[in-house]
Amino acid sequence: MVTLQLNRVSARYGRQPILEGITTPCFQGGQIVALLGPNAAGKSTLFRRILGLLKGEGEVIISGTSAERPVGYMPQDTGAKAVLTVYESVLLARMQGRGLKVQPEDLAQVDRALEELSIAALGERDIGDLSGGQRQLVSAAQALVQEPEILMLDEPTSALDLNRQISLLTVLRRLADERQMLILVALHDLGHALRFADAAMLLENGRLIACGPTAEVITPSLLRQVYQVAARIEPCSKGQPQLIVEAAI
Amino acid sequence: MTTDTQVSETKVSETEVSEHVSQGRAFYHSQVFRRQMILVALVLALFFSLCVDLALGPARYSLGEVVAALFTPDNVSQQARVILWEIRMPVALMALVVGASLSVAGAQMQTILSNPLASPFTLGISAGASFGAALGLAFGVAIVPAAIEFVVPINAFVMAMFTAFLIHALSLKRGVTVETIVLLGIAMVFIFNSLMALIQFFASQEAVSAVVFWTMGSLTKATWPKFWIALSILALSMPLLARHGWALTAMRLGDAKAESMGVNPRALRLEVLVLVSLLAAIAVAFVGTIGFIGLVGPHIARILLGEDQRFFLPGSALCGALILSVGSVISKIIIPGTIIPIGIITSLVGIPFFLFLVLNHKKASW
Repeated sequence: MVTLQLNRVSARYGRQPILEGITTPCFQGGQIVALLGPNAAGKSTLFRRILGLLKGEGEVIISGTSAERPVGYMPQDTGAKAVLTVYESVLLARMQGRGLKVQPEDLAQVDRALEELSIAALGERDIGDLSGGQRQLVSAAQALVQEPEILMLDEPTSALDLNRQISLLTVLRRLADERQMLILVALHDLGHALRFADAAMLLENGRLIACGPTAEVITPSLLRQVYQVAARIEPCSKGQPQLIVEAAI
Repeated sequence: MTTDTQVSETKVSETEVSEHVSQGRAFYHSQVFRRQMILVALVLALFFSLCVDLALGPARYSLGEVVAALFTPDNVSQQARVILWEIRMPVALMALVVGASLSVAGAQMQTILSNPLASPFTLGISAGASFGAALGLAFGVAIVPAAIEFVVPINAFVMAMFTAFLIHALSLKRGVTVETIVLLGIAMVFIFNSLMALIQFFASQEAVSAVVFWTMGSLTKATWPKFWIALSILALSMPLLARHGWALTAMRLGDAKAESMGVNPRALRLEVLVLVSLLAAIAVAFVGTIGFIGLVGPHIARILLGEDQRFFLPGSALCGALILSVGSVISKIIIPGTIIPIGIITSLVGIPFFLFLVLNHKKASW
């Protein structure tokens, strides 16, 4: 089973440190880890650092995999300038690092990714004609079609309506459970994190403030400290913890 | 009853999904087939244009005679064989290779710089070549002291590559974006145009005429050795570019997206810029400034074939070759007995045709 552990991971842009000494426990396949924190906390930078797009001190330890590229990544930028259909753009993500010839297996994986995210009906559409939310789902399909063992999604629900948000997170939950995928997802909706994530990392100004089971990270005192909001967490009628934000401080 | 309804709804929904899945794949297959047919049509059009180009000239031949000379040269007269094979063929084939080279160079510059205006001209590569050629034509300056009979193309080539490397070097500086690279290119155009004006100010009347004629671009400078050199560079470049086909297509989605797919945009940009600069430099050095092929060829290919590089790359080459070949035909028939410089024709005829395509195309092509 794939595992991911960060050991004193740092990153900087020029001389400006963005991440400082991030150390986490060993996350395993089958887990959803929510990456939380206010804007500019360093969430996207951490994704890029894990992916190897940024260099820096510390170690990103990925083990339990023999795949050449075990990490799939969906960035926030859902670029849509090219003259490509949705089907082509997902196939494109699948074919990186492979030969020019498309195999039936590749097309099957494209079908599967589109079906998984319920966007098969968009296959013929040009990506430039899609709404922001649809582009976000296509972007998720592009990450998924690479069959990663670790899937990282940077704010994948930011442009989605409520139904699509829940659907996408439900799909992620299923992928983690059924395919033993390790999923790291940056979220701004802490309610979603409480409901769908097994663990959470809370970042502020490039430092890891808390890391552990979601319910232990999303606490009123930490929310007050990091997000400057007064909030409480109460169990709903089904016993699940729910976040109630009372006021910005 | 309720359970039955739920089951039935689920089944409908699953059927709908699988229908969409097969529709998406079926559409993809039909799209691939359509594009393959377009490429075949372009090849056929190119062959037809080549034959017409060969047939036209002071001595006119029928298309039948041209085809006979191409495939069974022993069955045509000695005179026809010499005119078609020795005089016209290098020029006609040079049109194809130069058109393809400039168009592929433009296509990849537009791709890696994510800018619809990028081309060997807007990046200053052609302007650099013109300056190099003008130095040789006006003052006999040889930038590289080599074969003196090739001073003009060598000067043009060296200056074109110098411009390309200057842009590459500047683009490696921290904080330089793709937009900055295009701005640098435009700055190069203005600098070289000013230097050209300075040369023309100081040069003799005859030299000025020679410089002006060179900058108009002319295929009549083509010879078999020049053709083979240009063809070799094109033949080497195409597989190297095709090897990066998927990565280049991904570049059009932006650097962040390309990186997420495992592409290294900076490394790819540098490699492709060097390769296409070489393509453009060779083409311009041999035939002079031929306008707009590098800009228009890729856009026509994009409209016809989309941006999947498996089709866009050969499509750009074929479109560029076809435009220049048709331009060559037109340059011979406008005023019978006079070959108007091809650079003038490509701009005068190519641009209205391009505008017609862009304005009549239902979807945005960029």
